[in-house]
Amino acid sequence: MNKKVIATTSLAGCFGCHMSFLDIDERILDLIELVEFDKSPIDDIKKFTKECDIGLIEGGVCNSENVEVLKEFRKHCKILVSFGECAIMGGLPAYRNTIPIRECIEEAYLKGPSVEEANEEGILPNDEELPMLLDKVYPCHEIVKIDYFLPGCPPRADLIWQTLYALVTGEETEIPYEVIKYD
Amino acid sequence: MGKEKEYVTITIDDQEIQARPGEFIVDVARRHGIYIPVLCNLKGVKPAGSCRICTVLVNGRPMTSCTTPVADGMEITTRSPELEDFRRSVIEILFVEGNHFCPACEKSGNCELQALAYRFEIMVPRYPYQFPHREIDASWPLLLKDHNRCVLCKRCIRTIFDKEGHPIFAFRNRGHELEITIDPEYGKNMTDEMARQAAENCPVGALLYRKKHGFEIPIGKRKYDKEPIGSDVEKRKKEKVS
Repeated sequence: MNKKVIATTSLAGCFGCHMSFLDIDERILDLIELVEFDKSPIDDIKKFTKECDIGLIEGGVCNSENVEVLKEFRKHCKILVSFGECAIMGGLPAYRNTIPIRECIEEAYLKGPSVEEANEEGILPNDEELPMLLDKVYPCHEIVKIDYFLPGCPPRADLIWQTLYALVTGEETEIPYEVIKYD
Repeated sequence: MGKEKEYVTITIDDQEIQARPGEFIVDVARRHGIYIPVLCNLKGVKPAGSCRICTVLVNGRPMTSCTTPVADGMEITTRSPELEDFRRSVIEILFVEGNHFCPACEKSGNCELQALAYRFEIMVPRYPYQFPHREIDASWPLLLKDHNRCVLCKRCIRTIFDKEGHPIFAFRNRGHELEITIDPEYGKNMTDEMARQAAENCPVGALLYRKKHGFEIPIGKRKYDKEPIGSDVEKRKKEKVS
């Protein structure tokens, strides 16, 4: 049997969703029988080496690099899954969405109590190597088409496992009430 | 005019039911183990009909079941694909219209808006997130008021009064600027009990009682962790049948 290929990434996320993924415990041995990983922090493959069946996206979209990576994922993955609150609605990083971007940057680099003395010259980061911040943090599905959504902060390991198993094997699944949570 | 009837006969989802005239549809249904989802409604409090989630079909026409009294011969439908989708859409609108960051909210797990979203298995809202700029009011010693989470259900306005009967809460502004406010004068009469009650009546985490510790109940033991909202009503039906 050809193994399905999975890619994963963390955009504006905290890697908590990936940690929850690892919480499937010994089922990871079953998983590795069914799938192989391509671009993912789990195997540290940095660039797509082939077309993938499933892409898991953690985190929302806060800068130009996130946009680029997300579009790459859409291009190379047949199915894209937003996993976690940040990918679905911006999450914690989206707290800045109600504050103008200039105010955010000034607070972080000029006015914040811990930076006042450290940044006497008042430098704002503007190296062209740095990704550009977006005006706000966007949910992934507002940038590209997303096929499935797994809510949770983080999504429960059982939810991730059941979804992946169903997607990989094509078998229908009944998700129990307790595993769909927003926190 | 003849003497008013003691009972009226209605049908809810093809089930014939007797009810007292003047009773609201949602209450009659609840008593018979039929759960109609509500958000702004609070049992025993004069209904406001503001959230529209309890909409049912009365003789084929959509009406809010929390504000519509029963009348003889009414044929009521509480469930249909269209009604379910309508309710789901209202919940989704509420989620994108405010800033509902569940992971950081003390009310999470005990929140009625969230519980409704769980019941309707909402994985993502169909509407774009608005991320409006809203303030947090921490100026009152007993209550924290977070407008990001308020769904304008008016429960606090309708239930919390000082000893003289003055309402502590009120609406101010209009349209998208509408918000709850604490009356600067009557607010001074707020007691611990009133503040605690206001926070308890709030379906979301917009009003928090400041003397209570947040996140006290662990995940897994909160109100809506194991069973969907409305399960208590539906269990009543099962007990009756058996």
